[in-house]
Amino acid sequence: MSVASFVEDFRRQPPAGPAWLAPIRRTAIDRFAAAGFPTQHDEDWHFTSVKAIAGAEWHPVAGGQVRADDLAPFTFGTDWTQMVFVNGRFAPELSSLRGLPAGVRVAQLGDEEVVRRHLTTMAPTDVAFTALNTAFMTDGALIQIPADVILERPIHLLYVTDGEAARGVTYPRTLILAGRHAHATIIESYVAVGDAVYLTNAVTEVDVADGAHIAHYRVERESERAYHVGTTEVRQGRDSRYHSFSFATGGALSRINVYDVLAGQGCEATLDGLYLADGTQHIDHQTRIEHVAPNCGSREIYKGIMDGAAHGVFNGKVYVHPEAQKTDGKQTNNNLLLSDQAHADTKPQLEIFADDVKCTHGATVGRLDEVALFYLKSRGISAESARTLLTYAFAADVLQRIDDDTVRAALEALLLERFVGAAEAVATV
Amino acid sequence: MLDIRDLRATVGDQEILKGISLSVQQGEIHAIMGPNGSGKSTLAQVLAGHPAYTVTGGSVTYDGEDLLELDPEVRAQKGVFLAFQYPVEIPGVSNAYFLRAAYNAMRKAKGEPEVDPLEFLDLVERKMALVDMDPAMLNRSVNTGFSGGEKKRNEILQMAVLEPRLAVLDETDSGLDIDALRIVAQGVNALRRPDNATIVVTHYQRLLNYIVPDVVHVLANGRIVRSGGKELALQLEERGYEWLTDGAEVAA
Repeated sequence: MSVASFVEDFRRQPPAGPAWLAPIRRTAIDRFAAAGFPTQHDEDWHFTSVKAIAGAEWHPVAGGQVRADDLAPFTFGTDWTQMVFVNGRFAPELSSLRGLPAGVRVAQLGDEEVVRRHLTTMAPTDVAFTALNTAFMTDGALIQIPADVILERPIHLLYVTDGEAARGVTYPRTLILAGRHAHATIIESYVAVGDAVYLTNAVTEVDVADGAHIAHYRVERESERAYHVGTTEVRQGRDSRYHSFSFATGGALSRINVYDVLAGQGCEATLDGLYLADGTQHIDHQTRIEHVAPNCGSREIYKGIMDGAAHGVFNGKVYVHPEAQKTDGKQTNNNLLLSDQAHADTKPQLEIFADDVKCTHGATVGRLDEVALFYLKSRGISAESARTLLTYAFAADVLQRIDDDTVRAALEALLLERFVGAAEAVATV
Repeated sequence: MLDIRDLRATVGDQEILKGISLSVQQGEIHAIMGPNGSGKSTLAQVLAGHPAYTVTGGSVTYDGEDLLELDPEVRAQKGVFLAFQYPVEIPGVSNAYFLRAAYNAMRKAKGEPEVDPLEFLDLVERKMALVDMDPAMLNRSVNTGFSGGEKKRNEILQMAVLEPRLAVLDETDSGLDIDALRIVAQGVNALRRPDNATIVVTHYQRLLNYIVPDVVHVLANGRIVRSGGKELALQLEERGYEWLTDGAEVAA
């Protein structure tokens, strides 16, 4: 679908919404019209071509056929607050919003003061896909946690797409506002029922106020024929902590961006991820950690496992502003290739403009360790079991960084199913 | 039980073992000593089937079978065990799972039913007492973040769980303090049976104060230059290796 046809769609029928959003949408579509889709000449898109997205026709999507039973494989705790969207539309009959502490809001994005004040303030529209989302978004989630509230149970936002969305595009939008010293765990899932070809273009904005602690896990299990572009933009206040984990296994082509601005002193940011690709899948992560204020720390571990003729990409930037003295940053990306045709591109980058900082980065692309394989075999474990066990272990290692037991166990179970077979259980005895 | 004849092995294009012959009967403990680079660790690893080494000549017969024809996992299933000099760290796999997977692989090979986690826990906790290991070590990733002594004890624990017919200890004593050494030796001695055998590869005589060998072999430059009783080890302690290795240039 050409740039012009997106612009034409917008002009013909501007998406409905509050009046204050209209000029923001217009700016967004104008920017997109001017810049167009990124090409591989763009440094940020060097390893990923979006021709398959730019060249196809994507239609608006109506309702879906998802039933409560279909969601079972994707839900976590049964007593969690869960907000479900089907083909981009809020599905109240599938959602469970009860049992929240006083003042905590998990709601549809609507025309209200708090939304007006924050929406689009963290996600700039100079990025093509964010501009498109901003121009066309029609539904989404608001999570608002007041100051000093500590949420015991996680909140799950579940964006499901089914066969009714074939050749369609959805623009999920999420706004998360964590008040001062609030604590919460939030999971965002993007999943499919069926194997349709569709495009998800999601944008999430997260405001982590002073002293707040937010764990934000993202699960991407789109249909293997789908296209997924998802951007998370985070702004952290003083002494806040933010942990992001991106688990990505779906999509013909997925591009996931996690951008975090450490705006106040004493912040800690941890950006982790695990991507598993097979067949001809292409999974690309781009992260950017921007150290604006001094005395902040950032940690990042991304791991990828590619099989078949799959392609994994990691591009991580740590940008240290001149004022951000005493920055302590560490970034790691490890890739495991299981076949001759699988490949990985990795590009960790440091850009440092302060003179008193400690920043390191490292990246590896390799195969299973022969010595470790021998060690397992020397204990009577078959060659095949040794390979699956080491593959599982490579991935499970980074999952250990997820604090929430339920989410970690669910993702470990997915790994087991994929690499070891359901008959075995590895984690702990 | 084990018959090694004129065994030759290379790593890359360098010959490390240059014709080794020795026989081990069941019930025996053999010590293999020698200076650095003499090939003693290579011998241990070749017996276990380490992929880095290529056997270029000779034979190894184990219980009447050609050992060199067997894959490493089959050797293990038939009762050959190597305690690694440098145990491998496997982040992400719990020690408990690893031990149980190995134990069940052995049982499966023998046509016995696998044991469930609870049954196994019972067994492994008894074995852990042998090497004075904290049961909390079961839930840690295999060897990951273990101290040198913990890694060596973990090797002996694996040996205790798998109960091999032929155990090869590759410098299990290196880097151990005397208490850890005693615990490791105690474990090895407790596992000794009339129908199994142990080969102890060591650089130092001191281990042999605790694990008393029937035969001592001295390796230099890829060959056995002297075999004798346990008193040979004492002579080596007093006189060093030079009087035996004189004239034989030491391999790198």
